[in-house]
Amino acid sequence: MQSKLGLDFKKVEHAKSLAKDIANEVQAFVESKTTVAVERTLCRLMGIDGVDENQVPLPNVIVDELKQKGVLGEGALFYIANAMVNTGLSPQEIAEKVATGAIDLTQIEVAPQAEIDRVLQPVIDESIAKIRSRRQRRENYLNTIGEGPKPYLYVIVATGNIYEDTVQAEAAARQGADIIAVIRTTGQSLLDYVPYGVTTEGFGGTYATQANFKIMREAMDKVGEELGRYIRVCNYCSGLCMPEIAIMGAFEGLDVMLNDALYGILFRDINMQRTLIDQYMSRIINGFAGVIINTGEDNYLTTADAVEAAHTVLASDLINEQLALLAGLPEEQMGLGHAFEMDPMLENGFLYELAQAQMAREIFPNAPLKYMPPTKFMTGNIFRGHLQDCLFNMIGIWTNQGLQLLGMPTEAIHTPFMSDRFLSIENAKYIFNNMKSIGDEMEFKEGGIVRTRAQEVLDKAIELLEQLTSEGLFNALEKGIFGDVKRSRTGGKGLDGVVEQGAHYMNPFINLMKGKK
Amino acid sequence: MAGGLYSMSAKDFDQTLDLTKVKPYGDTMNDGKVQVSFTLPVPNGAEAEEAAKLLMKKMGFENPLVAFAKELTPGFTFFNCYGNLTHTVDYSNIYVPKVESNTMDMHECDEYIKEHIGRKLIVVGASTGTDAHTVGIDAIMNMKGYAGHYGLERYEMVEAYNLGSQVPNEEFLAKAIELGADAILVSQTVTQKDVHIQNLTNLIELMEAEGLRDKMIVVCGGPRISHELAKELGYDAGFGANTYADDVISFVAQEIVNRNA
Repeated sequence: MQSKLGLDFKKVEHAKSLAKDIANEVQAFVESKTTVAVERTLCRLMGIDGVDENQVPLPNVIVDELKQKGVLGEGALFYIANAMVNTGLSPQEIAEKVATGAIDLTQIEVAPQAEIDRVLQPVIDESIAKIRSRRQRRENYLNTIGEGPKPYLYVIVATGNIYEDTVQAEAAARQGADIIAVIRTTGQSLLDYVPYGVTTEGFGGTYATQANFKIMREAMDKVGEELGRYIRVCNYCSGLCMPEIAIMGAFEGLDVMLNDALYGILFRDINMQRTLIDQYMSRIINGFAGVIINTGEDNYLTTADAVEAAHTVLASDLINEQLALLAGLPEEQMGLGHAFEMDPMLENGFLYELAQAQMAREIFPNAPLKYMPPTKFMTGNIFRGHLQDCLFNMIGIWTNQGLQLLGMPTEAIHTPFMSDRFLSIENAKYIFNNMKSIGDEMEFKEGGIVRTRAQEVLDKAIELLEQLTSEGLFNALEKGIFGDVKRSRTGGKGLDGVVEQGAHYMNPFINLMKGKK
Repeated sequence: MAGGLYSMSAKDFDQTLDLTKVKPYGDTMNDGKVQVSFTLPVPNGAEAEEAAKLLMKKMGFENPLVAFAKELTPGFTFFNCYGNLTHTVDYSNIYVPKVESNTMDMHECDEYIKEHIGRKLIVVGASTGTDAHTVGIDAIMNMKGYAGHYGLERYEMVEAYNLGSQVPNEEFLAKAIELGADAILVSQTVTQKDVHIQNLTNLIELMEAEGLRDKMIVVCGGPRISHELAKELGYDAGFGANTYADDVISFVAQEIVNRNA
C-alpha cells in the first residue's frame, strides 16, 4: 500500500514485531493458569444457567465450591464430567444438586478419562453448534438484508431499564444507527458474577445479563428487518466477568464487545494477572463467534494529554493487536481504539487529529478501527459541542474509520435523550454523505504538518515499545506508562480468583474455537 | 413561517432594565425571547404542533412559535420552539451561598501555606462509591491539571494523594486517617437517580459516627455539585463546573488558617 503519510512500512513492521515479543511474554504467563471467571464460562458452555434460592448464579455455586475446597486448578469441566459419569445426570441437574448440598463434586470417585471424554462430547458439540448457528444467523442477515456503509454509526443507550433501552434503540436504528451499545450500570465491571434475568433498574446504564441481551437482540432483529439493514448489538465484555459475558453474547448473537484487559487494569483497577488470563479466553470466544472487539485506548487520552500521549495509544493498539492474534481473533474483528480528544483551542489541532487517524488507518489496514468522540473537552456548551462532533465526523469519513462512536452535544450533562441521539446521527449522516470521497481526493503535503505528525507519533511509539520489550508489560504497567496510571502486579481486584492448572485440568474449547469459525 | 421574525411593528413594551423584574433578552431589552427544545411522545402533525404551543403557553410564553418539528421515531416528535417569556425575577433580592475565600494562583497558595501554616498540607482525593469516572478528581489533583490550572500534585506545599475511582467510603476514610489528611476531596460525576447524594450523605454519616467530622476539611466536587448542595449535605464546601485546583486549595488553606485563628 502507498502511504499517504509517507510512513516507512519497515518501521511499522519493526513496531509489530516488538509488540509481538511483548504479547508472547504475556501469553506464556497466561497459558498455564485459569480463573474463577474462565471456569464459570466453562460451566455455561456445559449448559449450566439459572440461580439458586439466594439468587447466586449456578456457575458461581459450582466454582465457589471448588475454590473453597482448594481444587479449582483441576477445573470445573473435570468435576462436572466426572459427576455426569457417576450419576447419569445432566450438568444443569448436577449444578442444582450442588446448590442444595445434595452432591459434593470432590467426593465422587474419579472415572476413567475415556468415560469422562465420552460424556463430555455431546455437551461440547451442542454448545459449539449453538454459537456457530448464531454466527451463521448474522451472516445470513448480512447476505440478505445487508448493512449500513462504514464508518458504522455507533450510539449508546443507557436508561437502566432494558425495555426503555429497546425504545431508544429502535428510534436510533430508524434514524440511521448501525450499532447499538447498551451501556452497563455503573460498577458492574467489579461484580464477580453476572446477574440473572431481565432487569429494569440501573445507575447510568443497564445490567448486562443474558436475558437482557436476548431482549435487545430480538428488538434489533425486528427493526433491522423492517429497515432492510442489519443492526449490530454491542455490550461490555470487560471487568471481572470477561469470558462469561463473551459466552453469553455468543449464545445470544451479539455483534460487538468492548474487550480489553488493559482498560480494566488501568481504569477499573482490576488485577493485571487475572484479567489478562480472562481476556485470552474471552477473545477466543469472540473470535469464534464472529464478534468485533473494541479496545479501550481512547480512554488513555481522558487522563493523559492527547498530543503528548498519542504514541501510547498506538503502542497499546499494537500490543492489543498481537494479543488478539494469539487468541485467534482475525484482524477484521479488531476494533482497535483511538480518539479525538485534543483541546479544541489548540492551533491546527484538527490536522494533528487527522494525522493520527490516518496513521492508525494505514498501520491497521484490515481492522475496523473504533474512533471515539470528544468527551474531555465537552463543556456543557452544547452548540460548540455539536461543532466539535462535526470535526470529529469529518475525520471519521476522511480516514475511513470502522466504528464511529457518535459524540453527543449533551456529553458531560446527561446520558443521551432521544433527541440528542437524533441530532448526532443527523450530524454524522450529513457529513459522511457530503464529504464521502474526500479521503480519495486529498493528499498530504510532503514535509507538512500532517505527515510530520504521523511520523513523529510512530517513532515515539517504537521507542516506547523498545522500552516495553526490555521491561515486559507487567513492569511497564507498574510504572504508569499508559494513561499516567500506575498499577501493581499483585494489586487491584480479582487476584484471589487466579490458580495454576492442575493435573486433571481440561479446556477442550480452546482447541475447538481458537482461530476457527 | 415565523410571524414576527422580520416584524416591523413597534415594540410596545418598556425597554428599560429593571433589576427587580428581570426577564430573558433576545435582541431588545425585556423582549423575553427564549429558545426551548423538547420531545413529545406523540406523532408529528398539526395536533402535535398545537400541543407544543399549548405547553409553551403553560410554561409562561406568549407568541409561542414552533420553528422545527421532526418525528424521531413513530410516536415521538422533537420540537424546536421560541417564545416570549412573561415571567420575571427579582434579581436585586437574591442570596446564594458561595465559597467565602479568595482564589489565589499556585504560587500564591504555596506562599500562603508556607507563611500561615508552615508545613505541607496533606490532601487525599477520590471518586467514591460506584463512580468509575476519574476525570473530575484528575482535573483537580493530577500534575497536569486542567484548562491551564495546574493540579495539586504540582504544588510545592501540598502532598496530594489521588486514590482514583470506585473507592468505597470506608476505605477512603481509612486511607485519609492513615495519611493524616488535612482535607479530603470527594469527586462525584455519575448522578443518575441521585446516587451521588446517597453516597455523599453516607460519607458524612460515617465520619460523624467515627468522630472524624471535625478533624479534617471535607470538600466535594462534580458537574452537578453546588456549594449550596454541599453545605446542605454537611460538607465544608462544594465545587461545581468551571472550578479548578486553585479554587479548591485556596479554600482549604484559608479555612485551616481561620479555624486555627
